[in-house]
Amino acid sequence: MASVAIGDVYKSFGTVEVLHGVSVSIDDGEFVTLVGPSGCGKSTLLRMIAGLEKISRGEIAIGERVVNNVAPKERDVAMVFQNYALYPHMTVAENMAFSLMLKGVSKAESGASVQRAAEILGLVPLLARYPRQLSGGQRQRVAMGRAIVRDPQVFLFDEPLSNLDAKLRVQMRAEIKELHQRLKTTTVYVTHDQIEAMTMADKIVVMHDGLVEQIGPPLELYDRPNNLFVASFIGSPAMNMLRGEIATDGGSPSFRGSGGISLPLAAVPSIGNGEQVVLGIRPEHLRLSEGEGIPVTVVVVEPTGSEVQLIGRTAGGDEIVANFRERHSFTPGETVRLSADPGLIHLFHGETGQRFEMRTRQ
Amino acid sequence: MAVSSAAVQPRPSILSRSLSLLADSRNALGFGFMLPAAALLLVFLTYPLGLGVWLGFTDARIGRPGIFIGTENYQYLWDDAVFWLSVFNTLLYTISASILKFALGLWLALILNQNLPFKSFFRAIVLLPWVVPTVLSAIAFWWIYDSQFSILSWALMEMGLIDHRINFLGDPENARASVIAANVWRGIPFVAITLLAGLQTIPQSLYEAATLDGASRWQLFRYVTLPLLTPIIAITMTFSVLFTFTDFQLIYVLTRGGPVNATHLMATLSFQRGISGGQLGEGAAIAVAMIPFLLAAILFSYFGLQRRKWQQGGGD
Repeated sequence: MASVAIGDVYKSFGTVEVLHGVSVSIDDGEFVTLVGPSGCGKSTLLRMIAGLEKISRGEIAIGERVVNNVAPKERDVAMVFQNYALYPHMTVAENMAFSLMLKGVSKAESGASVQRAAEILGLVPLLARYPRQLSGGQRQRVAMGRAIVRDPQVFLFDEPLSNLDAKLRVQMRAEIKELHQRLKTTTVYVTHDQIEAMTMADKIVVMHDGLVEQIGPPLELYDRPNNLFVASFIGSPAMNMLRGEIATDGGSPSFRGSGGISLPLAAVPSIGNGEQVVLGIRPEHLRLSEGEGIPVTVVVVEPTGSEVQLIGRTAGGDEIVANFRERHSFTPGETVRLSADPGLIHLFHGETGQRFEMRTRQ
Repeated sequence: MAVSSAAVQPRPSILSRSLSLLADSRNALGFGFMLPAAALLLVFLTYPLGLGVWLGFTDARIGRPGIFIGTENYQYLWDDAVFWLSVFNTLLYTISASILKFALGLWLALILNQNLPFKSFFRAIVLLPWVVPTVLSAIAFWWIYDSQFSILSWALMEMGLIDHRINFLGDPENARASVIAANVWRGIPFVAITLLAGLQTIPQSLYEAATLDGASRWQLFRYVTLPLLTPIIAITMTFSVLFTFTDFQLIYVLTRGGPVNATHLMATLSFQRGISGGQLGEGAAIAVAMIPFLLAAILFSYFGLQRRKWQQGGGD
């Protein structure tokens, strides 16, 4: 096992620069997800750690060793590919033993390693099969088995679950997490699915357009997103966003939005009267209120059993989504008022999108 | 509109009713659709082949139908040294040319599969020998191998590597090597382009996975490329062997089977005896004698081409 240090890394393909200086430090044994929309450079970064892409500028170190000029096979990393990349002409056992065979490990020894990995992953009855004879989830497990057998310093996962159906994805997600808790091998996991990132990671790296937007533990990203991008990317359904300005008349500040919206805010230092802001509220932080709050016309009501999701529209035309644990009943077309605890409200700069820190938080 | 016109139509006749019954029958319809193809096969494939086999059992000459003489033609050929020489020549020609075409074609395909500059240009260039009509390229080789004006002899002499002209087509050993070289030149594009197509079906991620697994370049070839290319290799080489075994044009233009029958293939001997010599029956018998060899090649590939175990099973 080893730590991974990514220091100010750039990557260009020809004249197109796709990574513009990325720094991430990954501790020994940590599970880190790189998450972001497609094209943000997360897979490229992973492939640079693996050595499948050259590093244009900057430095990547695995353990104490800078690996910029180290061949992929010398880096002691194992990668699980999105399409599994199983060798179709080899059985499951041969697939898993391939790297050991290349290393010249004895048949008995490699057989034992394969057996051990197969037991961990429940692959023992499938060892003699060919990849074509396996289901998607089984292939996924073989790909992981191939990585485990090598006992590498670092596991790299490149969107390993995106070819699986929704149910299997949830199951494999838990299996990978359990595997990590058991093996404690440093893991870098690329995904575009923020739920995967949230549920599995010790630490999330949110990337966008070749830059790191925020690094932190899942709940910190959820509770204190650094900017509008992270705020809208993390969380499902996404955070509600309203444009407006700050009004500080009468001492305590409040938010004024289009359509006559007015919400009281917690004390906000460093914001003046009339400052343009974006206000963010998570759907589950909205509650029904009488008299005050945001007037919202109900458009669609979606009861899921565990909660009721309300999709509505403000007078200014913004869409608002609210989740209630209580079983309220709404009629489409009626107007309700929604408000939120000032401590749970996020404020972002109207132009830069950066977060304003507020004094009181829960 | 449609409703009213349907209403005035007369009741369908018995003929049209039985026709529509026939059209509803899956088997009858299938048979009907198959007929044109069957007729084409019968007229253009079965008839000439059958006629050839029949002629082999007659003493037909050009301008004389001939009568059935049993296996007399074959008995004659059995004792004919020239025939057996042509069998030997054909096997030598086919085996050595095929091996060379495979090795060089695979090598070329591997090179073309890399990210070269002007990749598509080079791929087009490689196809050239295949595009040029065989007779044209054969004439070009005829000049290249000419005993007086050979550019090869001239170039080698200018470089000081040899001191007299090479008698490419006049010496039996040289002639054999020369026609094989010409055939290889002509056959490489087919092998290279087909294998290139096969190479491109191998996913890049398999190479990446194997690289991370610690494979060297040779091991990538040995454990990823070669096994995954085997089915394509089998089919390509079957075709290549069939083309080479039945080759006629190159030899006919370059040597006409000479010198002293050293380059006579079964196809050229069959033509010489049957058409030039007028002994249709004997020529046909030589051509028919090729069939067992061709069948053997096809059977070999049939078993070689059978889906391997790893190709079978589930899918998704």
